[in-house]
Amino acid sequence: MLFFSFFKSLAGKTVVVELKNDLSICGTLHSVDQFLNIKLADITVTNPEKHPHMLSVKNAFIRGSVVRYMQLPADDVDTQLLQDACRKEAQAIK
Amino acid sequence: MSEQPGAGDVVTAASIVEQPLDLIRLSLEERVYVKLRHEREIRGRLHAYDQHLNMILSDVEETHTQVDVDEETYEELYRTSRRNIPMLFVRGDGVILVSPPVRAT
Repeated sequence: MLFFSFFKSLAGKTVVVELKNDLSICGTLHSVDQFLNIKLADITVTNPEKHPHMLSVKNAFIRGSVVRYMQLPADDVDTQLLQDACRKEAQAIK
Repeated sequence: MSEQPGAGDVVTAASIVEQPLDLIRLSLEERVYVKLRHEREIRGRLHAYDQHLNMILSDVEETHTQVDVDEETYEELYRTSRRNIPMLFVRGDGVILVSPPVRAT
């Protein structure tokens, strides 16, 4: 549940989601669920729109399993907190 | 399995390496090399991971290797493209292996 909690803390931030079909979508993270499905608002396709244009699409629900990467705003990530939570989670799983 | 701290007891639960995932724990906050599917590699500083190998890394360099094959000569041309990303979440289902960075010999 570590990343679920982490993404909840990032709600409202701008992220770039790179999907497994090589489409990159920039948007505001609206919400996330336990499967790391995400909802993005006010999306734009970042890479030169050679990839499927979604000009008329404003909001998107993205299935977690099709995500390859998410580029996050470095300033909004507390790495120390993440590491501490990660260590706790690693122990809890045992 | 829980460790009860006692007088003179130096070993803590956090330092015991039992499962393969514990090896990754040793690399937290260190630079790591991650091999991904589809001829992609990543080097970055590891900040978090879970049992699915979802990860958060910072100061990431991604290397993507592609092969072009010439139609006539069947010559293989390998191209690599790189990019840098300050903070990246990687979904675990694309991960093949995680390792300390390969040292140049």
